Amino acid sequence: MIAPAVLGGVLLAGPLVALLVRAPWERMGELLAGPVVLPALGLSFGTAFASTVVCVVLGVPLAAVLAGSDGWPRAVTRVARAVVATPLVLPPVVGGIALLLLLSRTGLLGRPLFAAFGLTIPFTTAAVVIAQAFVGLPFLVLSVEGALRGVDARFTVAAATLGASPWATFVRVTLPLAAPGLAAGAVLSFARALGEFGATITFAGSLPGVTETLPVAAYVALTNDPGSAIAIAVVLVVVALAVLLALRERWLTGLRA
Amino acid sequence: MTGALEARLGVRRGEFELDAELRLVPGTVLAVVGRNGAGKSTALAALAGVTPLSSGRIVLDGALLDDAGAGFVPPERRPVGLVLQQPALFPHLTVQDNVAFGLRTGGAPKAEARDRARAALDEHGLGDFADRRPAQVSGGQAARIALVRALVRRPALLLLDEPLAAIDAELRPALRASVRAVLDSFPGSAIVVTHDIADAEALADEVVVLDAGRVLQRGPLGVLRAEPSDPVVSRLLAGAAPNAASGA
Repeated sequence: MIAPAVLGGVLLAGPLVALLVRAPWERMGELLAGPVVLPALGLSFGTAFASTVVCVVLGVPLAAVLAGSDGWPRAVTRVARAVVATPLVLPPVVGGIALLLLLSRTGLLGRPLFAAFGLTIPFTTAAVVIAQAFVGLPFLVLSVEGALRGVDARFTVAAATLGASPWATFVRVTLPLAAPGLAAGAVLSFARALGEFGATITFAGSLPGVTETLPVAAYVALTNDPGSAIAIAVVLVVVALAVLLALRERWLTGLRA
Repeated sequence: MTGALEARLGVRRGEFELDAELRLVPGTVLAVVGRNGAGKSTALAALAGVTPLSSGRIVLDGALLDDAGAGFVPPERRPVGLVLQQPALFPHLTVQDNVAFGLRTGGAPKAEARDRARAALDEHGLGDFADRRPAQVSGGQAARIALVRALVRRPALLLLDEPLAAIDAELRPALRASVRAVLDSFPGSAIVVTHDIADAEALADEVVVLDAGRVLQRGPLGVLRAEPSDPVVSRLLAGAAPNAASGA
């Protein structure tokens, strides 16, 4: 029992230890401020923030609809749930290909968009945000839906008998009470967006300053500028640890439940 | 005086069926007593509009609130206040904002709603708790705050679901007296659901005994005691609260 357990621990912690041991700490400042990392850093945080906003704006209504779906036919809720969860299990590259087929100039939606407005989405910063929102949305929706369902019906009954319309009840009672779940979902989708690679490089490419986010830049730099790649990796590890710290209550209790 | 109620409440839910007539003279207090599952809370939910009627009708002060069809008025548009056993104060709002909530939904500007909420809390001796969160007040205080929150909207009909059941037994008489004082100054009518005959005795002008969804008997408590129509009535009125332990 002990030996495989230790091995498992090494498998989980070993790569991180190696990364931190081999990181070029003495050149870290210079690398982070350098021409490879700095633009990617700004782009990554900007797009991850934007995609988190998109996730919240689209995901909260989606979560509210799903949370109120108990009266629907079972088949419909199952399909809706599967659609929401798909990006969680889909290989991100597949997501990127699917987004191309939808939004490229010859795509299902991209063709009329290009014809009507001359709009081209792939390989732009907007494409990065869309790819990140695609992979991050399930985290937001599932977290918020769980939180909305967890709000005690006594509060919504009390709000209604105090004159609050269903909309006012949702905005002023249900949503504030679900705020911790919303915050957790936003942090998770932000973290997922920041780490997004497969869908981004497929759907948005790797144009420095336009679509080259941190993970993409790290991958591109690895062959000829490994120092920058490792510096980016360290930044992403720090963000990941910050997310873990921010959500520690949640995943600890989640694992116990 | 408001709160003239004419209601025949028909609610079907699986095996259970509520079929009860309730009438209220304006300004009076009716106690609804009965065992667990008698349909007491269902009756309140139907009157509040939380549960639509499957048959019957509810008319309050001449206005139709529900006729088991197109006449359904949703809870937020009924002049009906509801105080639940667990007071359900909104945990994310201060006590004052809890009381102001029902004034804001009625269209009062924020500052005015807060002022009126504060005045109502002061009037009931609860002003000291205005800035606290619900988690920072006792159960008895929460029950009184929930009562004030329902009353500031000046409902024609006030529904109280086991208002004292969650309160420690030794604090109950004092709280009962303060609920009584509040109801005395309330111009509308009220229905108090309780399993505790002491509540019915202290608060109500008349008592309805509900069992298995039907009204067994109604009248002043003294009459019911003297001439119980059914063994269930005499057992309930014997003072022992048959379901006090389970509290629902």
